[in-house]
Amino acid sequence: MLLFRDLSFRYKIPLRAIVLVLVTAGTLTAANVMREYDQLRSDLLDNAESLGRVLASALITPLLHDDLWRAYEIVSLPVETEVPSALGAETLMVLDPQMRVYVSTRPRTYPVRSELVEHGPVHAQLAVELAALRPAAGGRAIELAEADDFFVAMPIVADGVSLGTLVMAYPKSIFQPRFLAIVNRSALVTLVVLLLLLPMSAYWGRRMADPLVQLADCMGKVGDRIPPESEYQLYESRDEIGLAGTQLKSMLRSLREKQALEQQVIASERLAAVGRITAGIAHEINNPLGGMLNAISTYKKHGQPELAVSRTLPLLERGLQQIRDTVAALLVETRVQSHPLTQQDLEDIDTLLHPHTSRRQVALRWEGRLAEPLSLPSTAVRQIMLNLLLNAVEAAAQSSEVLCRVCREAGQLRVDVLNQGEPIAAERLTHLFEPFVGGRSEGHGLGLWVTYQLVQQLGGSIDVRSDAEHGTVFTVVLPVSKEDAG
Amino acid sequence: MNRRRFIGATLAAGSMCALPAVAALATANEPLRIGLTPVFLDDQAAFLNRWRTYLSARIGSPVLFVQRASYREISEQISARQIDVAWMCGYPYMMDRARLTLLAVPLHLGRPEYHSYLIVRDDLPEVGRIGDLGGKVFAFSDPNSFSGSLYPRFLLHDAGLSLESHFRRSFFTWSHRKVVEAVAAGLADGGAVAGYVWETMSRLHPEITARTRIVSRSPAYGFPPFVARSDLDADIVRTVREVFVDMRNDAAGAQLLETLNLDGFVPGDPAMFEPIAAMAERVDSR
Repeated sequence: MLLFRDLSFRYKIPLRAIVLVLVTAGTLTAANVMREYDQLRSDLLDNAESLGRVLASALITPLLHDDLWRAYEIVSLPVETEVPSALGAETLMVLDPQMRVYVSTRPRTYPVRSELVEHGPVHAQLAVELAALRPAAGGRAIELAEADDFFVAMPIVADGVSLGTLVMAYPKSIFQPRFLAIVNRSALVTLVVLLLLLPMSAYWGRRMADPLVQLADCMGKVGDRIPPESEYQLYESRDEIGLAGTQLKSMLRSLREKQALEQQVIASERLAAVGRITAGIAHEINNPLGGMLNAISTYKKHGQPELAVSRTLPLLERGLQQIRDTVAALLVETRVQSHPLTQQDLEDIDTLLHPHTSRRQVALRWEGRLAEPLSLPSTAVRQIMLNLLLNAVEAAAQSSEVLCRVCREAGQLRVDVLNQGEPIAAERLTHLFEPFVGGRSEGHGLGLWVTYQLVQQLGGSIDVRSDAEHGTVFTVVLPVSKEDAG
Repeated sequence: MNRRRFIGATLAAGSMCALPAVAALATANEPLRIGLTPVFLDDQAAFLNRWRTYLSARIGSPVLFVQRASYREISEQISARQIDVAWMCGYPYMMDRARLTLLAVPLHLGRPEYHSYLIVRDDLPEVGRIGDLGGKVFAFSDPNSFSGSLYPRFLLHDAGLSLESHFRRSFFTWSHRKVVEAVAAGLADGGAVAGYVWETMSRLHPEITARTRIVSRSPAYGFPPFVARSDLDADIVRTVREVFVDMRNDAAGAQLLETLNLDGFVPGDPAMFEPIAAMAERVDSR
C-alpha cells in the first residue's frame, strides 16, 4: 500500500494545496450558507410580516361581509403571481376565531370550514400556538420542529375585535435553491482556483523535490567509494535544502580527503614493510654471499681445480655475482659520501641520457636550473632523476617530448618529470613503487623501488599522477637543509 | 392632399355610413351608454375596446361601456336612466320588464337560448344532482343571475331542500367565470354557472374547466338579452337593434362574435323569458 508519507514531494505539495483550498472553500461556503440562511430567514420574516399586514387589512372588509370569494381572491394574490419568487409563501390560510379554516389558497387540502386540528399533528400544535397569540401583538413567526414549513401568523383585527388569523406557510426548503446556488458558485470558484493553483503547486513541488532528489541521489552514491564532485549536482542556496547540500559537499570532501590519506598511509606502510623485509633478507644474504665469493676467489687463486670444477666455478661465481648485484640494488644506500648537487650534475644526466633520447627520437626539455649548489647528496639525486627520466623516455611516445622541471621552493627541491606516453593503469599506480612490479618487459623491476627508497632516505616524497589528458607526471620533493640553502 | 381636404373626405365618409338615427343622438350630443354585466367574459379589456369602436362606428355616435361587478348595480343604473342600454340576465329583465325594452337576444349555437350548468369538482364522481351536495360548499354567481342563482335555488326548492341547511356553506362569486374558478380550485365543491360561459371558458381556458365536471344541464331558457330603458328614443332603439342584428353580416362584426363565442343577434320576443319569470315567482314566493 502506498502511504501518503511515502509519496514524493512532487505530489505531496499539490495534494496539500488541494486540501488547503478545499478546506478553505468548504469553510467559506459553510459560513456563506449560514450567513445567507440568517439573512434569508430575516428577509422572509420581514417580507411575510409586511405582506401579512397588507393582506390582513385587505381581508377585514370581506370578513366583515362574509364574502368568501373576495377573501379567496385576496389570499390568492401572493401565490398566483406568475414570477416565481424565492420568498413566496406556499400556502395562505385565514382562520376564523374558532380555529376553523375560513379560506385557504389550497382549498382542496384545507377545505372551507374544516377544523385546523383535523389537518394533522403539526396543525394541531399550530392551533395551540395560535391560541396563545394575542391580537394586539401583531405578526409572529412560528417555527415547529416537525413541520416542513415556517408559519407566520398575523391577526386580523377590526376595531379591536379579532375577526380571524391569517397564517402564511413558507416551505423550509425555500432556502435550498439559494444554498445550492451558493454551493454551486463556490464549487465553481474553487475549481477555478484549483485549476490555477495546481500547476503552481506542481511547480513548487518540483522546485522543492528536485534538490531533495539530488541530495538523496548523491547520498545514495556514497559507499565504498566517495563520488567526486563532478559526479553530482547539488542545489545551491542559503535555504535549508541548500545548507544541507553544502554540508553534504563538505562532508564528502573531508571523507574523500580522509580516504586518500588512508590509502597513502597504507601504501607507504606497505612500502616500508616491504623495505624492511627486503633489507633484512638482503643483509642475511649478503654475509654468506660475501663468504662464498671469497671462498671462490681463494680457490681460484690457490687451488688446482679439475677440469669440471674449473668449468663450473666461473658459473657459480657469475651466479653469485648476479645475486650480489640484485641484493645490492635492493639494499639502497645513500650514505655514500658525495659532493653537493650542482647544475653540472644535471648537465651530466642530460649527457648520459643522450643515447637513449636519440634512439627513441624523444626530445628532452629542461626547465629551471640550479643557480647554486644544494646540500643534497648528488649521487642519490642523480640516480633518482636518471631513473625517472629513463623511465619517462622509455614510456614516451615516439617523437614526443619529455619535460624535466627543476625548481627550488621554500626549503625544498622539486623535480617534475613529465611524459606524454600511454597513461599508467589505475590498478598499477597503487603498487608502482613496490619491487619487481615493473610493467615493462626489460629491466629487473627495481628502478622505481630504488628511487622510492632513495627519496625516503632523503626524507622527501615521491608522487605520481597519470591520465590520458596530462600524461604521466612523477613529482619528487626533497628537503634541503637550512644552513646550506643560504 | 392637404389636411383640410383629408378631414373633409373623412367626414363625408362618416356621414355616408351614418344612419338616420344618428341625427337624434347627435342632437343630444351624448354618448350611448351600454351597461355590461358578467353574463359573459367581461374581463377582456382589449376586446371590449374593439367592440366599442365597432359599435361607435356602426351606430354613428360614441358608445360608452359601463362595467359593474353586480347585476343589481346595472339594473339600478338603467332604472335611474344613467345608462341607456344594458346586457343583463333574463331574470332581472323580467323583474323590471315594465321599464325596459327588449333590444336584441344573442344566438348561441344558433339559438337564442342557454342553459344553467350544475358543476362540481372533478374529484367528486359520486355527485349526480344538487341533492348529493349536502354538507358541501356551493358557489353561486350573482344573486340576480338566472343560471347562477335562481335555477339552482329552483332545483333545491323542487327537491324540498333548504339552501341554508343543505349546504355547509354557500357564497356568491358575482361572476360566472369565478364560479368555475372557485369549483376548479376546490374552494367550492359545486356551483351553478351559465352554460354559455362554461363552454366559452372551455375554449379559452380548458385547464380550468377540465378540473370541473358538469353534473346536469337545465332545459333551454332565454339567453341574457340586450335591453334598453323604455324611454329611450325609438329611432335609437331601432338603429342599435339593427346594428346588433347586422353584426354577423360583416367581417369585423363576425370576428367580434367569434371572440364572444356567439353566432349573432336576433330581435327576440319578451315572451321567451316568461318561464324565467314564472320560476322566479315560484322560488321567491316560498
